Amino acid sequence: MTVRGKAHIAGAYEHPDRKIPGKSVAQVHAEVALGAVADAGLSLSDVDAYFCAGDAPGFGPLSMADYLGLSRLRYLDSTETGGSSYLVHVGHAAAAIAEGKCQVALITLAGLPRSQRLPRASASGLAPEAAFEQPFGPTTVSMYALAARRHMHEYGTTSAQLAAIKVTASQHAQHNPHAMLPAPVTVEEVLESPMISEPLHRLDCCVISDGGGALVVVSPEAARDLPRQTVKVLGHGESPKLAANGRIDLTYTGAVWSGPRAFEEARVTPGDIDYASIYDSFTITVLQTIEDLGFCEKGKGGAFAAEGSLLAPHGRLPFNTDGGGLCNNHPVNRGGMTKVIEAVRQLRGEANGPVQVPDCELALAHGNGGSLGTRSAAATLILGREDA
Amino acid sequence: MSTERLPAPAPAVNPETREFWTATAGGRLLLKRCLDCGSVIWYPRAICPDCSSLRTEWFAASGLGRVYSYTVNHRGEGPYQDSAPFVLAYVELDEGPRVMTNIVEAEAAELAVGLPVQVVFHDTGDGSALPRFRPRKDR
Repeated sequence: MTVRGKAHIAGAYEHPDRKIPGKSVAQVHAEVALGAVADAGLSLSDVDAYFCAGDAPGFGPLSMADYLGLSRLRYLDSTETGGSSYLVHVGHAAAAIAEGKCQVALITLAGLPRSQRLPRASASGLAPEAAFEQPFGPTTVSMYALAARRHMHEYGTTSAQLAAIKVTASQHAQHNPHAMLPAPVTVEEVLESPMISEPLHRLDCCVISDGGGALVVVSPEAARDLPRQTVKVLGHGESPKLAANGRIDLTYTGAVWSGPRAFEEARVTPGDIDYASIYDSFTITVLQTIEDLGFCEKGKGGAFAAEGSLLAPHGRLPFNTDGGGLCNNHPVNRGGMTKVIEAVRQLRGEANGPVQVPDCELALAHGNGGSLGTRSAAATLILGREDA
Repeated sequence: MSTERLPAPAPAVNPETREFWTATAGGRLLLKRCLDCGSVIWYPRAICPDCSSLRTEWFAASGLGRVYSYTVNHRGEGPYQDSAPFVLAYVELDEGPRVMTNIVEAEAAELAVGLPVQVVFHDTGDGSALPRFRPRKDR
């Protein structure tokens, strides 16, 4: 079974706000859900499949399905892989649609980490590994710092090369009126920003933002009747990368497995990709991922980024043209949804003018959830323009 | 480096891991070995993740290893809120596994990937001790 061409993304919506006081999390889920179905030319009463992850308040998918009044559901999926969940959901929705299990799938993400305190994941303390990690004081940034240090040791990657990724993202963000950090920065400014966990500086880190987004995935038959241009799902791959019985290797991500699966299903190669949304929780996340997806040789990601390859619209691999999680938006510390949304914009020709990739026919979106320093889950989507 | 005043938060102990933590309180680092495939298992658990065997045994580790990767964390959280800067690391034990830990009693200038280290134990006050690592004196 393949999902190639058997499902389309018909609706995509990103919440415009980065700080949302005075609303509940469920309310923001509803706002993005309505935004995405309206973008698709549909209504919530058309939805027959619902997908959400750990940011959705309540019990799995049930509380939000009930809140939204989704009364026609015949397919549910609350796979939780952190920030990559929403790319996983697109892949699962495409497979379910291809099998005839549903026709109109809604995926939502929303949360308010700036306006409300995030509830600590209550289950994490019960994880079997917790006693062997948590007492030593790991933080999210420090986990990625360990990966960056090891990559530097093995491949000679430098802090200036990592900074170049942030610099490119900021060049893109200046054209995004909603970006949290719209001002272009220089390599020097990144290197002079406060050290958070060596070798990662504050500007190597993504923003923390309220907000969210939603997607509507439909069958090709349903897509034909819709007024808006849709985007074809051509390939999907997902893979966990585990701590491997204590033999963890911090120099690569699960993209080494999810990428080839997606490329094979789509029957394309990295050289065919016009635009890429690359998960960017930290600069090192981007660097390892572009290597692992085959956009450059392993270990050469730093040079690739420093040469300006990621710059839109004319770099070898224009990336994160909305400014990404590094500059635009990283709602609820989960950047996967916005990765798909910007890829959809590029394929529809609706990215911000100066960063729109000309004749963008083939896009890749990649998410990484969990922690690069321990256990993570990668998901890769390859998307194509409807008429291409 | 403010490593002398690092907190030692007590781990949650369960029947599967009690022997490991009881040993740490006595200054001993135990590892699990698979009795079928011989794999050294980390973190300790009842199943061998390499061959699925449920036949495992504890054995005493050398307590020696080398730094696989490290970071000087300038922003501690939770119990570490006032402990920065401190060193979080993976140490590759001589027996093979890479274990998350802290490097203590080290000057910033001597921190490096590959640094030879040996285990020290920091009492949690709860019948267990955290296995941390310091630069090897005999290197």
